Amino acid sequence: MTKDIPCMQRSGGASVSRVGALPARGGLGLKPEHFQTILEHLPALGFFEIHAENYMVAGGPFHHYLTRIRSHYPLSIHGVGLSIGGAAPPDEAHLDRLAALLERYAPQSFSEHLAWSSHGGAFFNDLLPAPYHAGTLNRVCEHIDRVQERLGRRMLIENPATYVEFVESTLGEGEFITELVRRTGCGLLLDINNVHVSCVNHGRDPHAFIQTLPLAATGQIHLAGFAEDLDADGHPLLIDSHGAPVAEAVWELFRTVVQQLGPLPTLIERDNDIPAFPVLLAEARRAEAVMAALGDMAVTA
Amino acid sequence: MNTQAKFAAALLDPACPCPSGLKTWTGGDPARRFQVYRNNVVASLIDALADTFPVTLELVGDAFFRAMAGVFVRGCPPRSPILAFYGDDFPDFIGSFPPAAGLAYLADVARLEYLRVRAFHAADSMPIGAAELAGVLADESALPGLRLRVHPSLSVLHSRSAVVSLWAAHQGIGSLAQVVPSEPETALVLRHGLEVDVIEVSPAAGECIAAIVEGLPLGAAVARASSIDEAFDPAGVLGLLLQKSAITALIPSRRES
Repeated sequence: MTKDIPCMQRSGGASVSRVGALPARGGLGLKPEHFQTILEHLPALGFFEIHAENYMVAGGPFHHYLTRIRSHYPLSIHGVGLSIGGAAPPDEAHLDRLAALLERYAPQSFSEHLAWSSHGGAFFNDLLPAPYHAGTLNRVCEHIDRVQERLGRRMLIENPATYVEFVESTLGEGEFITELVRRTGCGLLLDINNVHVSCVNHGRDPHAFIQTLPLAATGQIHLAGFAEDLDADGHPLLIDSHGAPVAEAVWELFRTVVQQLGPLPTLIERDNDIPAFPVLLAEARRAEAVMAALGDMAVTA
Repeated sequence: MNTQAKFAAALLDPACPCPSGLKTWTGGDPARRFQVYRNNVVASLIDALADTFPVTLELVGDAFFRAMAGVFVRGCPPRSPILAFYGDDFPDFIGSFPPAAGLAYLADVARLEYLRVRAFHAADSMPIGAAELAGVLADESALPGLRLRVHPSLSVLHSRSAVVSLWAAHQGIGSLAQVVPSEPETALVLRHGLEVDVIEVSPAAGECIAAIVEGLPLGAAVARASSIDEAFDPAGVLGLLLQKSAITALIPSRRES
């Protein structure tokens, strides 16, 4: 059994009160091709989300537009490069860049992945899987503690989409994430597409699996689309592509979660084959319609 | 090697077998599943290069570009998670990539595209006004010692190829059929407002601007340009930089007289 490591207190409230929380509404990933449309029409939308690393540039159009869009909307900053699930501690230079970005845009939420993306100085630009056991649990807790300490705020950790599992794993993913949340005080970014993808890929019942996650700590939900493939034995292998509309199976899981937890900030994630803005807006509206029908819109507003 | 090191090594090396220690719920072979990670890594990094080097891609076609970029990605993965700047050594790689040897202009087109990306994301900086410049220019004796600070986005590329014309033809400006690729051209790259401009300048003007960027005083910058073209007149360069809001500070010589 692992020993509890010193962890940050649940001090998120302090920083959250400074910048507020994301509203329990639909949100969209912010894409450069939509900057002007958004500023021209200012669509009714709960929030936008950016990938932190895309905005780690000195100046120019990205900051020009984000500054203006931020003045109209709440913001979620979602990191893809901290490699929290990795063997090495988070890169301090990268943490410095993140801290500067968070300082500049005062986002209502900061989240990262239970995955690794860097090793030996190389960055792989993918969210790679880690085994789940006491050793990796201690390490990931240390990494989350360091991130929360450096950024001075509570972060959300996202459950991954995975294609393989490790022989050395001794803990279930739900158990692992539950411990992360308990020990570090971080919240959960519940990626329902990842739940679906991983459960199909590992032969699990997603409705049962989702109950093993620390759902009470959910600060945000991600919905996305996947691509379909087959593994070597002809079993379905789903790829977390972010390149398709949200699948019906994922909407169904979302309804279950909303019935259980009430409305939550819910992002439509689309990073590839990006359609026209109204198509994405319609998906965000659908998420809001589900929440309006199944939950009390005022629960967390 | 630990689990992660084995996994990482196999991601970039197609000859490396699927790492041990992986399993699937059916008890089947995990190699095909591991291949998903391999594909994600290499394809997403090739896509990142395709975003930065779109004209280079158009010049050689999608299949050639992806094959060339794939070799680069496996040998030179990013060292930073900030992918906007991935590929700063891709132009040099192209220049020494044997299958592209017949396209002498390709590496410089890639250099130009990389300078455009740098310019796009460069720091913002307020330009000086025309009146301030006019005031300083009025004292001709002070001009040789005057240093200009220019916009952080600005850079100059001297090429033995027609990089500006090739690039422009792929933006629908001019006809590709009329471009003589072996015609040397000098490119000035800068961001003006939110747009990145690519402007062809004379080699002497390019030399003058490059010297200004290096921090040389105007007199020395003009001397360098004049060594290329005796008739070089800096008025055109100053006018262009002013028009493009590219002069951000004037630093008079500290010496008296």
